[in-house]
Amino acid sequence: MEPGFLVVQALSGLASASSLFVIASGLTLVFGVTRIVNFAHGSFYMLGAYMAVTIVPWLLEFDRSPWLFFIGVLASAAVVGLLGVAMELLLLRRIYKVPELFQLLATFGVVLMVQDAVLKIWGPVDIAGPRAPGLRHGVYILDQRFPAYELFLIFVGPVVLGLLWLLMHRTRFGILIRAATRDREMVGALGVNQALLFTGTLFLGAFLAGLGGALQIPRVSASGQMDISIITEVFVVTVIGGMGSVTGAFLAALLIGQLQAFGVLIFPKITLVLVFLLMAAVLVVKPWGLLGRPEAAAGRAALPEGILHPAPFDHVGRLIALLAVAAVLVLPLFGDAYVMKVVTEVLVFALAAFSLNFLVGNGGIVSFGHAAYFGLGAYAAGLLVTRLGLPMEPALLAAPIAGGAFAALFGFFVVRLSGIYLAMLTLAFAQIAYAVCFQWVEVTGGDNGVVGVWPSAWASSRHVYLYLVAACSIGAILALRHVLYAPFGATLRAARDSEQRADAIGVDVRTHRWLGFTLAGAAAGLAGGLYAFSKGSIDPTLLSIPMSVDFLAMILLGGIQTVMGPLLGAAAFHAIKDAVMPLTDYWRFLLGAAIIALVLIFPRGLGGAYAALRARA
Amino acid sequence: MTDLTITRRAALAAGGGLAAASLVGLRAQGQATGAPIRIGELNSYSRMAAFSVPYRNAMQLAADTINRAGGVMGGRPLEFVFRDDGSAPGDAARVAEDLLTRENCAFLAGTFLSNVGLAVADLANQRRKLFVATEPLTDAITMAQGNRYTFRIRPSTYMQTRMLVEAARGKTQKRWAIVAPNYEYGQSAAANFKRLIGNSIPGVEIVAEQYPALGRVDAGATVGALLQARPDAIFNVLFGPDLTAFVREGNTRGLFERRFVLSLLTGEPEYMLPLGDECPEGWIVTGYPWEQVENAQHKAYVDAYRARFNDTPRKGSLLGYVTVQVIANLLNKANSTDSEALVEAFKDLRSDTVVGPVTMRGLDQQSTMGTWVGETVLRGRAGTMRNSRYVDGAEVMFPEEEVRAARRSA
Amino acid sequence: MTLLTVDGLNKSFGGVRAARDVSFELAAGEMLAIIGPNGAGKSTTFNMVGGQLRPDSGRVVLGGEDITGRPPREVCRMRVGRTFQVAQTFLSMSVVQNVQMALIAQAGRTREMASRATALYRAEALALLGKVGMEAEADRPIGELAYGDVKRVELAIALAAAPRLLLMDEPTAGMAPRERASLMQLTAGIARQDGIGVLFTEHDMDAVFAHADRILVLVRGEIIARGTPEEVRADDEVKRVYLGTTGHAAAHRAALRARKPVHG
Repeated sequence: MEPGFLVVQALSGLASASSLFVIASGLTLVFGVTRIVNFAHGSFYMLGAYMAVTIVPWLLEFDRSPWLFFIGVLASAAVVGLLGVAMELLLLRRIYKVPELFQLLATFGVVLMVQDAVLKIWGPVDIAGPRAPGLRHGVYILDQRFPAYELFLIFVGPVVLGLLWLLMHRTRFGILIRAATRDREMVGALGVNQALLFTGTLFLGAFLAGLGGALQIPRVSASGQMDISIITEVFVVTVIGGMGSVTGAFLAALLIGQLQAFGVLIFPKITLVLVFLLMAAVLVVKPWGLLGRPEAAAGRAALPEGILHPAPFDHVGRLIALLAVAAVLVLPLFGDAYVMKVVTEVLVFALAAFSLNFLVGNGGIVSFGHAAYFGLGAYAAGLLVTRLGLPMEPALLAAPIAGGAFAALFGFFVVRLSGIYLAMLTLAFAQIAYAVCFQWVEVTGGDNGVVGVWPSAWASSRHVYLYLVAACSIGAILALRHVLYAPFGATLRAARDSEQRADAIGVDVRTHRWLGFTLAGAAAGLAGGLYAFSKGSIDPTLLSIPMSVDFLAMILLGGIQTVMGPLLGAAAFHAIKDAVMPLTDYWRFLLGAAIIALVLIFPRGLGGAYAALRARA
Repeated sequence: MTDLTITRRAALAAGGGLAAASLVGLRAQGQATGAPIRIGELNSYSRMAAFSVPYRNAMQLAADTINRAGGVMGGRPLEFVFRDDGSAPGDAARVAEDLLTRENCAFLAGTFLSNVGLAVADLANQRRKLFVATEPLTDAITMAQGNRYTFRIRPSTYMQTRMLVEAARGKTQKRWAIVAPNYEYGQSAAANFKRLIGNSIPGVEIVAEQYPALGRVDAGATVGALLQARPDAIFNVLFGPDLTAFVREGNTRGLFERRFVLSLLTGEPEYMLPLGDECPEGWIVTGYPWEQVENAQHKAYVDAYRARFNDTPRKGSLLGYVTVQVIANLLNKANSTDSEALVEAFKDLRSDTVVGPVTMRGLDQQSTMGTWVGETVLRGRAGTMRNSRYVDGAEVMFPEEEVRAARRSA
Repeated sequence: MTLLTVDGLNKSFGGVRAARDVSFELAAGEMLAIIGPNGAGKSTTFNMVGGQLRPDSGRVVLGGEDITGRPPREVCRMRVGRTFQVAQTFLSMSVVQNVQMALIAQAGRTREMASRATALYRAEALALLGKVGMEAEADRPIGELAYGDVKRVELAIALAAAPRLLLMDEPTAGMAPRERASLMQLTAGIARQDGIGVLFTEHDMDAVFAHADRILVLVRGEIIARGTPEEVRADDEVKRVYLGTTGHAAAHRAALRARKPVHG
């Protein structure tokens, strides 16, 4: 390859890296100060682009000058910054005290709402923004033509990095940001107006996301899918760089930019996987990212978020459980076909959610990628039936084995980490699994998936299949529940409460977490197998991020500190989705609003609310 | 654009007077008076609104027109129950079930994404209900994964690729590069292209292939990689935001200068409009130059559409309109809503539509609806097509022996 | 009888030598205190014995077996109990469940999935709680207890390992003076009665001089003095670098400064 080409390709990588950094720096700042993993950061990016394609052309009507273009870009970013402030004031401020996972869920609710708001305001057609006046042309670099605008973008990243450095070291606000990033409690203790600091940080974070989006308009058109496509990439950058580290984000962005620029030459089909492979590799070697520092151990003892006192059923609880089971059993006698379908799904999701809470609530292992094991179970079952012609029974047996085997494989690395990095590694593995299912067309059928995954003849009637699902799902839930009360479950809880203490009484914490991860993966795999046979098909959406988020939403709605709450959450979440989807095209907006409302009204989930009610009675 | 979905349940639940009124109004003014024939239409109305909302609009328009003229099967009105399919096979299967059981729909129609279409097709097969797959492009739905109950209207990936390849006949470019989104549609378009291009231009060599992730093209890196291979010609399958980014980068860096480009779907208004004045000139594309179609029936539909929705028609609109015309003809012919009767009647059914006659080939249950092939051109600040001609789908169908082999193995 | 032999431990952190050639022995039933100013290497030494840190060189031998560099959980299984500067307990559990958990771990039954954790070893756990005078609080959530009581429970947890050796890192840190004395008394009593060797670091000189059988004085990673409390008190070197000429009061100040250990 000639040198000119390599140089230009590297410059392309730098331009992408620069854009990525501007966005990621905002996310990492917000995380550093508020400890909120802000899913809505991608929405701010998208809003930045939409603002810019609205404001900039209007400005250019007056005069096609580069200055007006950049004023428009900055104005767009400022508007988005104000939207960030609005989000802080209206939503985040009310939930700083609730568990971190709830905050995450609330920001996901914002993502859904913004998606539909954008659709409503700007319509479904992509909007191409104007090119930057004065930077439309290409310049020749070693005989290769290269867009002038991208040369300009290459400089934006370092400039933003420099300005952020000045802000962080030369202003009181910036120094407070750094202090809060290092030790959040200290800032509170210093008597700093924390509310103002957080609001300011959200402005800055949203501004940077908006700036990143607005700067993209000469390159890409504003579209309704921008948010989701950017957010995973930005997560990867911040995690590789080390959460909270702006310089780390810069390095990571450079790395990813070059990886993509040259990756397309060597592996044109798997650029997506490359990025996640890089992230997994970095986290395995450097558990806190390139420049991140370990989460400071809590100075004072705090109650963990999760199952606290797993009490066995009392009389009322037993009655409710029996009624629920009875309802499932008599349902086929009364309900119509659709009700049976819905109940079948709820049972499947209940098992998946329960297995996730086994990790999150009981073990303190927050998995962002639980759908991977659900999906891999479904794929194992589906492929055995369709490719090897096995009947349903052995396929259903294979589902938990596959889920468990992959959970064991991925979990081996996952349990070496903790906290947000652990969550991000689970996400990375889930994305890798997703990409493999998506792109290994010969075996998995690619994104089309595989159809024809139907139950054996004896179970093909909806009644029988419902009973089959009920038996498997309730049986597995009861078994997992039993493990929760057994020494193994208690040991996971103990390790969550105090890893140091668990170690000192002779518990091999990693191995236990690994076993727990595997067990939960197996249960999720079984749920996936059951799901595949109820739908008749498998496809990569079963392993996708939205599916993982759905599971998280279910356990959070149900309450992660209760044992049976996740079941309630699965039913409630499914019911909400089922109720709003037929109402309007804008059902995502309603779903997002419902999630946020539930977080605000029941900060401990429905199960927590029930427990509080019982305690009061 | 109507924002409310018109399902009876939704209207009641939302208390939306608008939707209810349109249903009532529909019945009051029509001459069709019998019990309505309900058809469950599920589609990505939320996620793929740019295509599916014009599609739904045109379906309403067509249904109203037919109902006003007396409906189908001797006076029964057509009633579509529109539902979002959630853009995921799992959600779609549930919605389909809901439409069949609770909404009492006689059969199903719709879907946009191929994976959703295939899942619904398989469900329809399982439930022995007719499914009119309108938009999914995947070849699989009529080939290896085709089934007795699934019929597809829109010309498939293979058909559209073949139209383009035929249009390249007589060209001399030997070094080709392929750029396609990395999912089934892109991959199978690329595979079809590689298989067929040799027939039009002997001795073709594929010098570069780029498969950026859908919705995330890194345009700079991709264009750089293509330039490096120095192709004479490019086969492009990118669309939507990916296409815009690719075209801009390619324009700036001179990728398209003195290069022959074949591009799938780029001439459809859905993808042409967002390109604006960046629309490249001289590409050979498939598309829908609605303003250039001279046939009178088509003109009438365009006028009615523009008058009612105050918007220009899209490819989705055309497909929606044609679909309803085909369905109405099917119901009249079968004179029954029984699935088996419908399936039998659908095979080799010839319908007159706004694009001319469309036949549902019995062999693979693929309609012969065609599309337009032409050259892109910039008029003012928007792109359009010139020298376009309607290619009848019948000319580019899968060879019969291939269909037999594929469907036998299914 | 020698229970623990520490022989020539060295440890550096990026050029700073936190422990130089540290050697000592501990007999069963003996209480050995490690004292020293802030940054003297107390915690480093302590953590090398407990398995939290791996020494650069040197050996740790427990009951004739080399345990150098083994992880804490393995050290624990060799009957070593441990308490922490900030008490580490299982906050979501009740007092007795904390001890039961330790007993389950000691018995190697943590992977059992069939039995019920709360039903295992309850009697044994209550007996251990009785030993530290916490039996009456057995079924309260541990989060509700006063800190001094939590420390006692932690001692019971450590005793669940049926330890030959107890490692106590600043056992009285964060406690009220009266509680300190009673905890040290309790520890000393149990140690002597059961023949348990106790190695502890401590900044409270009252506790050290009242309960330690022998004392090691560590300064900049080196043992500068060792012996009975009387011998250490009389040592000129110790007086000069650590206790200061005015004796007790200065030692106390030094101790207060030493609250933040380098490697806690």
